[in-house]
Amino acid sequence: MIPAPFAYHAPQSLREALRLLRAHEGEARVVAGGMSLIPAMKLRLAQPEHLVDIGGLSELSGVRRTDDGGVAVGACVTYRRLETSRSARAAAPLLAETVAQVGDLQVRNRGTLGGSAAHADPAADAPAALLALDAALRATGGARPRVIPAARFFLDAYETALAPTEILTEILIPKQPPRTGAAYLKFANKASRFAIVGVAAALTLDRRGVCSRARVAVTGAGPRPVRASATERWLTGRQPSQTAIGEAAARASRGMEFIEDVHGSEEYREHLTRVITRRALEEAARRAGA
Amino acid sequence: MRQVTLTVNGRRRSAEVEDRDLLVDLLREKLRLTGTHVGCDTSQCGACTVLLNGAAVKSCAVFAAQAEGAKVTTIEGLAKPGGPLHPIQQAFHEEHGLQCGFCTPGMALTLHEFLRRNPDPADHEVRAALGGNMCRCTGYQNIVASALNAARKMRGTA
Ligand code: FES
Ligand code: FES
Repeated sequence: MIPAPFAYHAPQSLREALRLLRAHEGEARVVAGGMSLIPAMKLRLAQPEHLVDIGGLSELSGVRRTDDGGVAVGACVTYRRLETSRSARAAAPLLAETVAQVGDLQVRNRGTLGGSAAHADPAADAPAALLALDAALRATGGARPRVIPAARFFLDAYETALAPTEILTEILIPKQPPRTGAAYLKFANKASRFAIVGVAAALTLDRRGVCSRARVAVTGAGPRPVRASATERWLTGRQPSQTAIGEAAARASRGMEFIEDVHGSEEYREHLTRVITRRALEEAARRAGA
Repeated sequence: MRQVTLTVNGRRRSAEVEDRDLLVDLLREKLRLTGTHVGCDTSQCGACTVLLNGAAVKSCAVFAAQAEGAKVTTIEGLAKPGGPLHPIQQAFHEEHGLQCGFCTPGMALTLHEFLRRNPDPADHEVRAALGGNMCRCTGYQNIVASALNAARKMRGTA
């Protein structure tokens, strides 16, 4: 399959990339790993006239600890690097666990965290972890550089808060409170490994073992990744016992919008949302030391 | 058209490509290295896997222009011409790890990266590593046996 013709650009700096995006506003797409965009271009689902490749920019490829003890991941850091780097695993184990479940080895070698966020495939894994970790996404190229909370970043299927001239540069993951346990579990499409439903859960316990903070984010089920707020509210202030987790998970699909496709009906996804939420919560509670 | 220069199997090579040409097209059509196969052309089967700067990638999902200046290893580069087979190739031979052989180059290159990082893998780790490589002949058992055999050879314990 041959993509429609386009002009390929390999800028040497972020500045140059931004300049190219502005010069070709509306006709250009940014590519990093290309694991979603290139197949889409081959199918001619995407036909950009200009392709701006930021994958080789070292300024977007770093992983660093932040002053608050969290971690900042450059937009072009590959899944593979997050999965294998000891410092990334130590600082954001949920993120490492999540991206290790993306696609296959070859895809994880090219695919990037920023690419997953900016592409906003509704069945992508990483966005669930970003929501559950209260991540924030740094973008530049608009009126001024800005930091967008993950909760306000994913707007719809393949639609984000990024403007066409903006580039996502960095993903900020705050330090998680002590006694936090987290897990990402998914029911995957066997062929593509995309999530039919995937759930990232992070639970923080206080000294008495009561859940003081709950974050539950669901991907794959609907047009965009969302937090299961009814579940979070139910669990907060309770001991994460088997029963409490069951009750909380039963509320996971409340207020949520579901999609239907060849992989499953709305009802099926709704059911899976509750089941996978329960399993993710059980694992997160175990890891928190409940 | 643009000129792309890269190192393929240790040799510097240049070719004229269109911006929309894929790395696999460059390898197969321009450089005549037809050991890299195209199975699905939709980044699912892994038959087109090559090493790009040491990392296994699907060459049907990388543009040739993106490989400018890169080091690429294809199946033709695993063993020296006329010399002994690479231990991974030898292991596939011994364990009957192939039938039609269409998937084998991709399997070998994925395993090449995997075994470098994980020289003594468990059965299930091999299966996970090969998750992006499909075989429609063997049923995978002998491919996993080949991988484990190759690992032993490369550790020097075979
Ligand atoms: S031909 Fe590239 S993955 Fe199948
Ligand atoms: S040996 Fe025929 S596809 Fe694997």
